[in-house]
Amino acid sequence: MPDMQPHSVPAAARDDSHVEFAGVRMAFGDREVFDDLSCAFPRGKISVILGGSGSGKSTVLRMIGGLVRPQAGHVWVAGEDVTRLSEVATYGVREKLGMMFQGGALLDSMTVFENLALPLRERTALGEQEIAAEVHQRLGAVGLSDVDDLLPNQLSGGMTKRVALARAIMLRPVILLCDEPFSGLDPISARRIEALLVRINRDLGVTIILVSHHIASTMRIADRVLALLPDGAVSGSPTELRMSTDPRIVAFLSEEVDEALALTDVPVESMPTGRRA
Amino acid sequence: MAAVVQDLGWSALRFVDHLGKLGVFTARIAGTVCRPPVRVRLFVQAVFDIGVLSLIIICVSGTAVGMVLGLQGYNTLVRFGAEQSLGAVVGLSLVRELGPVLTALLATGRAGSATAAEIGTMVATEQLDGLRMMSVDPIDFVVTPKAVAMVAAMPLLSALFIVCGLFGGYLVGVGLMGVDGGTYISSLQSSVDFVDDVAGSLLKALVFGVLVGLIATYRGYTSAPTSAGVSAATTSTVVVASVSILIFDYFITALWGV
Amino acid sequence: MTRAPMRDFLVGVFVLLGLGAIAYLSTNVAGLSYGGPGGLTLYAAFDQTGGLKPRAPVVIAGVKVGQVSSIALDRNARARVALDLDKSLKIPADTTASIVTSGLLGDRYVSLQLGGDEQSLEAGDEITFTESAVILERMIGKLIHKTDVEKAD
Repeated sequence: MPDMQPHSVPAAARDDSHVEFAGVRMAFGDREVFDDLSCAFPRGKISVILGGSGSGKSTVLRMIGGLVRPQAGHVWVAGEDVTRLSEVATYGVREKLGMMFQGGALLDSMTVFENLALPLRERTALGEQEIAAEVHQRLGAVGLSDVDDLLPNQLSGGMTKRVALARAIMLRPVILLCDEPFSGLDPISARRIEALLVRINRDLGVTIILVSHHIASTMRIADRVLALLPDGAVSGSPTELRMSTDPRIVAFLSEEVDEALALTDVPVESMPTGRRA
Repeated sequence: MAAVVQDLGWSALRFVDHLGKLGVFTARIAGTVCRPPVRVRLFVQAVFDIGVLSLIIICVSGTAVGMVLGLQGYNTLVRFGAEQSLGAVVGLSLVRELGPVLTALLATGRAGSATAAEIGTMVATEQLDGLRMMSVDPIDFVVTPKAVAMVAAMPLLSALFIVCGLFGGYLVGVGLMGVDGGTYISSLQSSVDFVDDVAGSLLKALVFGVLVGLIATYRGYTSAPTSAGVSAATTSTVVVASVSILIFDYFITALWGV
Repeated sequence: MTRAPMRDFLVGVFVLLGLGAIAYLSTNVAGLSYGGPGGLTLYAAFDQTGGLKPRAPVVIAGVKVGQVSSIALDRNARARVALDLDKSLKIPADTTASIVTSGLLGDRYVSLQLGGDEQSLEAGDEITFTESAVILERMIGKLIHKTDVEKAD
């Protein structure tokens, strides 16, 4: 990416982890999602949170963003404990974060350009010319052009994800959070997003934490994997997980692989009826 | 038996809980109104959605109500030989009660439900979370412009409703039933007082605007993030706002007349 | 946002219409202030107002030029009526103010018959010549009484 400058690494962080969970307990009403979750997401690496539906993987992301507070425990993001911050201070931490939502979460009453310009207009003092330049630069980076005046409901699934990604990197965050970036996409579009995320990580040193249930891409791009198993969480590198003899992990991976195969890689003719990618 | 009492107590507690939450919500809106940035563009857009798009329905309904008043008023007054006072009857009914109340009810149905649905959908599609992650307060960006626009638009819509109603009454009373035009107007002018009637009418419209603005945005903001949740938010907005309007109408009428 | 100019214009139109409606209701219907600030206020004392109400019209040659703003009892137990008139009027000092009825059984209003005096009344002046309202019942009573007297003769 030609014009983007790499960030200087922020001071005040614990060890070399950019985001760290310690003893986190999260419950929605009576339903406990996890109990005593502790893990670290290393700086400058791509970490993937794997888990079945209902395992709480999106909740992990939301806790990092300060959108949800756990019942117990601490969550450090770039050196600050977001579970203890006031509303105003949380807004401050969020300036270092970028979040790509599963459905895009673009404001549907505004055009693509307006959506991308919003963070710049709100948090910077840039003039309209500079804002337009930044917006078009990010759109170029995700491979989109001529979409300025389209409304979000006029975009295809893949385009929506790419615009959402462009918006997440508008303010040059140090940590990028992605909620199911590959879901609902055809294999080509999913690969494209995958490649974009890898480039953002390699070229700019942005820490990426993403949630997915797609094993194949996870194994390809993750430096670190956090698997939310039914009875606890396990973390390690993709190789470690693949080599593991722990029956829970083996079962987990094979289940996930089955799910993934059924949804994307099997030829149409041999697919059971009623289930399409 | 005990279960019924329990349910009743539970409902009462939930009602008070909601009132408290609504109070906190209102305080947050008030906080964002005073603080910069001032969202003029969004406010203008909201006034457009609430005011301009309601113009037709308000003017048509106003004229229709005025026409009915003219007809009913004439038929009743003529029995007492008092048809000269038709202007006063139509004018006072519209200005004091029908103008502000019917306008508010129509606005609730049209703009209030639309606002609740829009905000509720934004909750369901994570747009509000998206704003939070960009360090933008969703209350400042989404809720306040819509709520303030409702407060600002209501007196204007109410006045337009009344004027259309007076015209409708004139059409029927003078054009159809044969009341003298000059008599209609002078009867109207000599009975409607500014302080007692018009000012009270505008005050009512303002209060109703606050009610609908708060209830619609609150229900949308707190809706469950599902389509059933959005639907529930929309219907409860119309129900709660309508009942509140009618109840507040009594209290304002009673207090203003003192 | 790209459709801004049209939308802004319509919002402006809406606001103007609404404010215009409020202004119309306040002035033309409710008669907020007839002559605006600096309207000409004159007073007239009557023995009998016959049910004249505040905001009743004040008329010259059948044309409305103002309204009654207040009615109060003065020291001599006469009704002192304050007339709020259009400030551009010139009311000669010998003008007569009468309380008349609209139709036979209608509302009371004040009619001014302009005099010929060169001097005009200033704000706050008193109209000297006044004709009280005619009370129908008294007239009928007088008529009956007169007929009885004639019969008696």
